[in-house]
Amino acid sequence: MSADSEQRTIRCLIAKVGLDGHDRGAHVISRAFRDAGFEVIYSGLHRAPDEIIQATVQEDVDVLGISILSGAHNTLVPKVMAGLEEYGALDDTLVIVGGIIPEEDRPGLLEEGVDAIFGPGTPMQETIDFVKEHAPERP
Amino acid sequence: MSRAVESDLVERLLDGEHRALARAITKIESQSPGYRDIVSELHAHTGDASVVGITGSPGAGKSTLVDKLAKYYRDQGETVGVIAVDPSSPYTGGAVLGDRIRMASNVGDMDVFFRSMSARGQLGGLSTATADAVKALDAFGKDRIIIETVGAGQNEVDVVKTADTVVVLVQPGSGDDVQMLKAGILEIGDVFVVNKADMEGASRTVAELQEMIHLRDDPRANLDTGHHGAAAFDDGHGGGHGGHADASDAESDAEDDPANADEPLVWTPQVLETVATTGEGIDELVETLDDHRDYLDASGELDEKARKRAGEEIRQLLRSDVNRLLEAELDRRGGVEEFAQAVVEKETDPYAVAEDVLEPLRECLDDRAD
Repeated sequence: MSADSEQRTIRCLIAKVGLDGHDRGAHVISRAFRDAGFEVIYSGLHRAPDEIIQATVQEDVDVLGISILSGAHNTLVPKVMAGLEEYGALDDTLVIVGGIIPEEDRPGLLEEGVDAIFGPGTPMQETIDFVKEHAPERP
Repeated sequence: MSRAVESDLVERLLDGEHRALARAITKIESQSPGYRDIVSELHAHTGDASVVGITGSPGAGKSTLVDKLAKYYRDQGETVGVIAVDPSSPYTGGAVLGDRIRMASNVGDMDVFFRSMSARGQLGGLSTATADAVKALDAFGKDRIIIETVGAGQNEVDVVKTADTVVVLVQPGSGDDVQMLKAGILEIGDVFVVNKADMEGASRTVAELQEMIHLRDDPRANLDTGHHGAAAFDDGHGGGHGGHADASDAESDAEDDPANADEPLVWTPQVLETVATTGEGIDELVETLDDHRDYLDASGELDEKARKRAGEEIRQLLRSDVNRLLEAELDRRGGVEEFAQAVVEKETDPYAVAEDVLEPLRECLDDRAD
């Protein structure tokens, strides 16, 4: 029991933002994270940036995974990042983005504070390892 | 990790900073170093919120109902905290916490603080963690706190007992549910809600519940079929007037039973019908919850419950602390594996080992008692 409680459980929010009805990828990643021993909160479809911010702050997740296939990432991701900053949640939340993100858009998102971008075909284990390695140390 | 960090966190929490509240609950949930100091400091600031627990089988509509309740309270200008407990995998410890999806009426409203928690496989630790998280929400200044959990076992029953008022959600036409209720959850419900009341079989489920509640309340009720049969009929058709029905019930109970004469206030669990998806019946539910709260206040049971809960918390903490002490002692003596091997080889037996490990502790306490 004591051993259990000392081992930290990684909490993740898997979020679908905007008008994008494709969540197979989000489901697959939710399951994979669960099976890797993470606690996963899935946002459901069609969430506004405000909802994602609210959930990230309240659930105090270590990792926010945003799945976007609609092409609206350049609009939506900065809104989420700004909201996280407003509530003081940006520094200690690992933000990863998955989905269809064109190569030329990636530097901009990384500049916004996104920690990593995983495109289609990324091996699941690679994402899990990245999260395990980079999940922020909490004060 | 220093004491200053915790104090700072508590201060920011009391100042109303959402992030601090979220972090405090994280520390409570993971029992990270310093969480006890946090809860200790918060304790003095608690006691103002009314706490409702909602339990029921998966798919009964708990999350949807919680969403509508939260919306109702928000419309009245009250702030709401929700703790939703979901099971976690016993194999990997992983969990998918899905209750948040249903909170559609309160999106983007920071004054509804919704937090998902999972049963992290700690023995009895979940109810402690939930009770502590409730304290954090209470100290933060939430007017209403709702605990939501799947009613599947003792663990969940313990969780929901940290609430002042317990609502048990039942689906219509589910004989199996009623079977489950018999096994224990029936005893903890203050209010029973037959959700999805627009489905076939709802009134039958209501009637069945009524019957079971009256059996539970008074074993002699079935001898007095005229009176109680009528009461069940009334309630079944006018759930909204539950509060009033209760008052007359309380009186007649006192008349029926001389032993009850000196405690005139008796709460008879109410059975209500709702359709959570449309919000039907939510007004009545809120009214009944308030009635129950009034009853707790008037009867002195609120204080009694608080005392009982505090006692249980102390016991629970002691159990887990002593457990930890003994685990450490086991490790010092070479770990449980070695003892287990000896037991399997019949060199010793579990009772002898337990006695052996426990002995120094017992001696130490005996010395102090002298």
